[in-house]
Amino acid sequence: MTDVAAEAETGFAIHPMDQFIVSRWFCHDDAATVINECTANIKWYEITNVTVWIALTVLAIIALMVFGSRGRAIIPSRIQSVGEMLYGFIYKMVEDVTGHEGVKYFPYVMTLFLFILFANLLGLIPMSFTTTSHVAVTVTLALLVFLGVTILGLVKNGIGFLGMFWVSSAPLPLRPVLAIIEVISYFVRPVSHSIRLAGNLMAGHAVMKVFAGFASMAVISPVAVGAVTAIYGLELLVAVVQAYVFTILTCVYLKDAVGGAHH
Amino acid sequence: MEAEVAQLALMGKYIGAGLAAIGLGGAGIGVGNIAGNFLAGALRNPSAAPSQTANLFVGIAFAEALGIFSFLIALLLMFAV
Repeated sequence: MTDVAAEAETGFAIHPMDQFIVSRWFCHDDAATVINECTANIKWYEITNVTVWIALTVLAIIALMVFGSRGRAIIPSRIQSVGEMLYGFIYKMVEDVTGHEGVKYFPYVMTLFLFILFANLLGLIPMSFTTTSHVAVTVTLALLVFLGVTILGLVKNGIGFLGMFWVSSAPLPLRPVLAIIEVISYFVRPVSHSIRLAGNLMAGHAVMKVFAGFASMAVISPVAVGAVTAIYGLELLVAVVQAYVFTILTCVYLKDAVGGAHH
Repeated sequence: MEAEVAQLALMGKYIGAGLAAIGLGGAGIGVGNIAGNFLAGALRNPSAAPSQTANLFVGIAFAEALGIFSFLIALLLMFAV
């Protein structure tokens, strides 16, 4: 990490990457450096802004689902409609992509979708913290999907799961080459799966802060404020689309495991 | 001499970050290509379009991932190296 204070003098009044700093909750340090009393040597049990916002995400999901399913009216209230809509949307997606075999794993996919969606949306609240912009958070989700799918595939199909790498529709001399490529692309999955989510969120929020930095220059501040507003709208779209993309890719990977070796 | 080497390394770092960001242009072309072709197909056969939106998003996600990798390299150069 470079010294933020030194860069602040030459460039922006606010550093676009400052919003991603993990620091202790209930801690204040006036030092303008990235590594200060609040951020140095954080132990795993200490409560940081990441912990707090993940907890808020989970609480928000629980609140939506508890209040949404409390009434169970035939004519649903607004909150019940939202819950039903989310449920139906993901259920249909799992059924469409993975088929009847995959519906068993719907609860996990639903949990993933809701967690990412709510983390993304809560991260858009000004002054909040976007937990999904950290690779450490998304790589956990992606690795769980990767390990889960691999183990599930091996358990369900046995050694036949490895037939996925042997493209039987290709000409025989090409198959070893394709097998290598397939194996590499299989192991890159968790990397691209996690980096896509974290990268999109991080890029969007950094761009927003870059334009917010321009707002301190009097001449272009109206343009900058307009740009921040426009990008906020775009980020709202990105937050939902990335949650959707993460979930649908989980379903696609799941299909490989439950659908057997026919790739 | 020491300071000049540091300056040179800094220059290399920033130029490298800028070069890595070019990769995002490729992702932009790819995503635009997918979306444009989807729209062209959807206008020819609108009734088949809703069933293919999942494929559209999967395609966009795969195309975008590679651009995000280069963005990551740029970020690493800027803030981690």
